Amino acid sequence: MAEFQSYTMNFGPQHPAAHGVLRLVLEMDGEVVTRADPHIGLLHRATEKLAESKPYNQSIGYMDRLDYVSMMANEHGYVLAIEKLLGIEPPPRALYIRVMFDEITRILNHLLWLGCHGLDVGAMTIFLYCFRERENLMDCYEAVSGTRMHATYYRPGGVYRDLPEQMPRHLAQPDAKRVSARDKAMDEGRDGSLLDFIEHFTRRFPGYVDEYETLLTENRIWKQRTVGISVVSPERALNLGFTGPMLRGSGVEWDLRKKQPYAAYADMDFDIPVGVNGDCYDRYLVRVEELRQSNRIIRQCVDWLRANPGPVMVDDFKLAPPKREEMKEKMESLIHHFKLFTEGYCVPEGEAYAAVEHPKGEFGVYLVSDGANKPFRVKIRAPGFAHMAAMDEMVRGHMLADVVATIGTMDVVFGEIDR
Amino acid sequence: MSARLESMAEALLARFDGVLHRRESSCGELSYDLDAADLQATAVALRDEEDFSFATLIDVCGVDYLGYGQAQWRTEAATESGFSRAVEPGASTTRSASESERRAQEQPARFAAVYHLLSLRHNLRVRLRAFAVGENPPVLPSVTGVWQAADWFEREAFDLFGIVFEGHGDLRRILTDYGFIGHPFRKDFPLSGKVEVRYDEDKRRVVYEPVSIEPRTLVPRVIRDDNRYRPALRAEPGDGGGQVGDG
Repeated sequence: MAEFQSYTMNFGPQHPAAHGVLRLVLEMDGEVVTRADPHIGLLHRATEKLAESKPYNQSIGYMDRLDYVSMMANEHGYVLAIEKLLGIEPPPRALYIRVMFDEITRILNHLLWLGCHGLDVGAMTIFLYCFRERENLMDCYEAVSGTRMHATYYRPGGVYRDLPEQMPRHLAQPDAKRVSARDKAMDEGRDGSLLDFIEHFTRRFPGYVDEYETLLTENRIWKQRTVGISVVSPERALNLGFTGPMLRGSGVEWDLRKKQPYAAYADMDFDIPVGVNGDCYDRYLVRVEELRQSNRIIRQCVDWLRANPGPVMVDDFKLAPPKREEMKEKMESLIHHFKLFTEGYCVPEGEAYAAVEHPKGEFGVYLVSDGANKPFRVKIRAPGFAHMAAMDEMVRGHMLADVVATIGTMDVVFGEIDR
Repeated sequence: MSARLESMAEALLARFDGVLHRRESSCGELSYDLDAADLQATAVALRDEEDFSFATLIDVCGVDYLGYGQAQWRTEAATESGFSRAVEPGASTTRSASESERRAQEQPARFAAVYHLLSLRHNLRVRLRAFAVGENPPVLPSVTGVWQAADWFEREAFDLFGIVFEGHGDLRRILTDYGFIGHPFRKDFPLSGKVEVRYDEDKRRVVYEPVSIEPRTLVPRVIRDDNRYRPALRAEPGDGGGQVGDG
């Protein structure tokens, strides 16, 4: 009988379960992984170096392209760091809009994660369900910024513009006679403003989460694939630099929204779910509960935003462009507009680190400014980078099929890991 | 928040007097300089001692201070000679002697690594900056033995800046391509890179060639002496700074 010897196996970068461009070099002993060596960087675009060559505001769009499934959360980290250095505080309405869109982003991210994680370990239906709801939230992005994904909506000092009064519809003439019932259903909830649509969504969404849970939570196959897989103890999780749901899944109650509140999170009422065992299943439960909590937060923001109109941008032409009308009539406004969009603004010398509770963990931006109109150094602390670094430790001793479950549970997106 | 911050600052001062040198921060952060030689011992103490318990290393960031504080466009002497129009490659304004002296004191070396620590117990962050010893290559001790998270962060700083972390067991490139030459985030590495690739019909393979794009500056780097950011004119740091918003 021939004896099995350990051998090396290549996984990815063009594997559907590699979530983009992960290349794993696995040392196998039979079907058991003895060492995993992730090769990353296939999507490296030198975002940080590009940001150093441009005025501050022109790099906001790059932030969307980091973690391209939670766009506005990335922007939030970046603008927060700039605001910290400038010493400015956006008006309260802008803060609530940011919280609302951060949570919409969290739902967007977790839905994509849930769908793909399910698909990776063999559940097809959940993927279709998740993408159905993502479509609605993408429409919210589009309504507010004009694009479905790369919004560039947050700006230092506030947000680009106020929420629209009219939610765009699919049908140009909703009252026309030849409109089918199916087309009409697509415009459900779109009669009023964006806030009406979001409220309509928050009423529907808890039912959808119940549907996802019906598919997975007590599903025998799902549990066989996730319970007891890639267990991380709380001590190891801290030492490995875990943040976000990966840390909470291990039972550590740590959430920047509660512990170091930014924007308007101090006024929000929500709970932090934590896991017990630190395995893939617990991290699944944590993220699903986060969907429900995000829904709660969005609801609170909608109520507040309805009752409190006001400015959404600081009143400072050094940072925010003047109104188009004024720009046509006033010389000073014209100069402000021109200088802002060519040279930008100078940020005082110093350094700042701002972190937000990104859907994947702690997303931080460390800015070093030497007083110029461009950052001297931007460092993006991507949560996925630290999680990916723990790949070897998490899969060692597991079967090959569990590697896929582990990649899924990490919620990796290579836009942010490779930057 | 700031009371806890200050009590932590006092505790750090009492424990690491002469090792950690506090740096001023305009936004209420704890920021320290330390010597490369003290890094490992300090890291262990910061992680293990009850008063600090910085159990998590959030980030390690390489910084190249070449050209810090230099602008490409003179702004203060506009009335004498007029503004310059375009940016000459490599041109930058010269600093005053006192300014250069201050910088030299603040930045004794070209490369540094900045460590961001987080203590869950105290809910506080601390930033440490250590300047690398030497320039070819710049060397720092590794903290992978203290925080496992440092593994990839140090590999990244090595890859992008060429900082060698002594004691790191697996210091390979991480983000750049297989076979890449140079350290792309150094300030003297061109933004457009040094090589470009294309498919060669005759050789029937992908070939590397020197880059054909000329580097150019779209927006010149400008440093303006803005009175609004003078510390005396700014309100309490962290509470929103009243002066800026008045525009």
